[in-house]
Amino acid sequence: MSTVKQQAMRLIGRSYMAFVLTPDAPIVDWLATVDTWLERSPGFFSERSIVLDLTNVTLSRSGIKHLISSLLERGVRVMGLEGADTSELGPELPPLLRSGRVAGEATEIVLKADSEQAGAAAPRQPTSLLIDQPVRSGQTIFFPDGDVSVLGSVGSGAEIVAGGSIHIYGTLRGRAMAGSAGNGRARIFCQKIEAELLSINGYYRTADEIDETLRGRPTQAWLDGSVLAISAIN
Amino acid sequence: MGKVLVVTSGKGGVGKTTSTAALGAALAQTGESVVVVDFDVGLRNLDLVMGAERRVVFDLINVVQGVAKLPQALIRDKRLENLWLLPASQTRDKDALTENGVRQIIAELRQKFSWVICDSPAGIERGAILAMKYADTAVIVTNPEVSSVRDSDRIIGMLDSKTEKAERGERIDKHLLITRYDSMRASRGEMLSVDDVLEILSVPLLGIIPESEDVLRASNVGCPVTLNNKLSAPARAYLEAARRLNGEEISMTIPHQRKGLLDKLFGRRAA
Repeated sequence: MSTVKQQAMRLIGRSYMAFVLTPDAPIVDWLATVDTWLERSPGFFSERSIVLDLTNVTLSRSGIKHLISSLLERGVRVMGLEGADTSELGPELPPLLRSGRVAGEATEIVLKADSEQAGAAAPRQPTSLLIDQPVRSGQTIFFPDGDVSVLGSVGSGAEIVAGGSIHIYGTLRGRAMAGSAGNGRARIFCQKIEAELLSINGYYRTADEIDETLRGRPTQAWLDGSVLAISAIN
Repeated sequence: MGKVLVVTSGKGGVGKTTSTAALGAALAQTGESVVVVDFDVGLRNLDLVMGAERRVVFDLINVVQGVAKLPQALIRDKRLENLWLLPASQTRDKDALTENGVRQIIAELRQKFSWVICDSPAGIERGAILAMKYADTAVIVTNPEVSSVRDSDRIIGMLDSKTEKAERGERIDKHLLITRYDSMRASRGEMLSVDDVLEILSVPLLGIIPESEDVLRASNVGCPVTLNNKLSAPARAYLEAARRLNGEEISMTIPHQRKGLLDKLFGRRAA
């Protein structure tokens, strides 16, 4: 008898960013505003992962099914649900998601019934995050939408992950990871460098690899091809 | 309505229990009614330092579980009549603490006392979080050395996010207490200086307590260091710190070791 070699099944956690649609009652009116939006920007939802937040409406299981199929007709694919009672859900409905976090600054796209705003789908406005107190050890600041500025120091064991550049008006003792969403032109600036790790668009240097002569001085880091360059700012 | 103060640090062994007892006794000596609460369930030490270990009948967990009422668990200090202790359990662990139970006890203590001082356990888990959850003010105890400072930074981050005050959008008042300070070692560069610690933690300084043998002597006889020998260097530093907690402005003095002649001659022993 031949023995079948067991393959290991890997179940790894991964986080993705999804967009949340929060319908309001009455559903029919809300669907009409979705239609208006789609008239102006057809195919807006086709590439996006959508989560449906049902906290503002009370729907039965068949009501939820009907809403999801109405959205599917409009090209909106719902991959998860929030704010619903587990008793209303079933295996034929998308799974219930918990503990969603706001990723960066919540960009609210206000769908108006009248078409005042002509133009294509709302582009993501460049935004930046300002933190006006020190970032403490163990804290992670995750802001993929733009630059992060910190009015204070970043403690050892803290992390800043930004889609844009990182500006620290204080001492950087933790990790700074700029250009996290593929932006190789992002830079890292700090008033005093004692960093544990610097990274731009995935190219990184650990504290060991940072020149001793730079320690304690105002510095900037940028990407020179595939090399992370660090120099003093004078 | 009393004030709830949490004495926390992140790192273990830096002087939280010593400071809780010392500050509690110092505040009680000024006439305020004070209760010190031990949150280190399973590894209780505050009862030893207060000299009450032979009078513990009921404890914090008993009150949380409704087995005993608060007045049954409170132990009055024999030396200061307005200083009380709520001991922790030694036989249970931190999982026996519940958020609701702790909230109710703190609320009841706030009604009865001017100061409720919570002695936090080390670490960042349930016991430490519950000790800080309902606090108005925090004293962060730090030794002037790198691991303690980093752990204190972590705990400061948690004070700004895991307390009820932070969840309501308010800022909890934070004070830094540097303990086991040795000026000789700081000047030799073996220990962080006060300025180094303040630069890293950016929290206002409450006091600097010098390293001293009086601390061990006091805990061995079960007496807070501010009662055992009021004139010792740590006691004086704690008394000043307590006055600062009460809002007095006292200029900070960095303690220097005073060595006698023989100490100076024979002080440098071979390592």
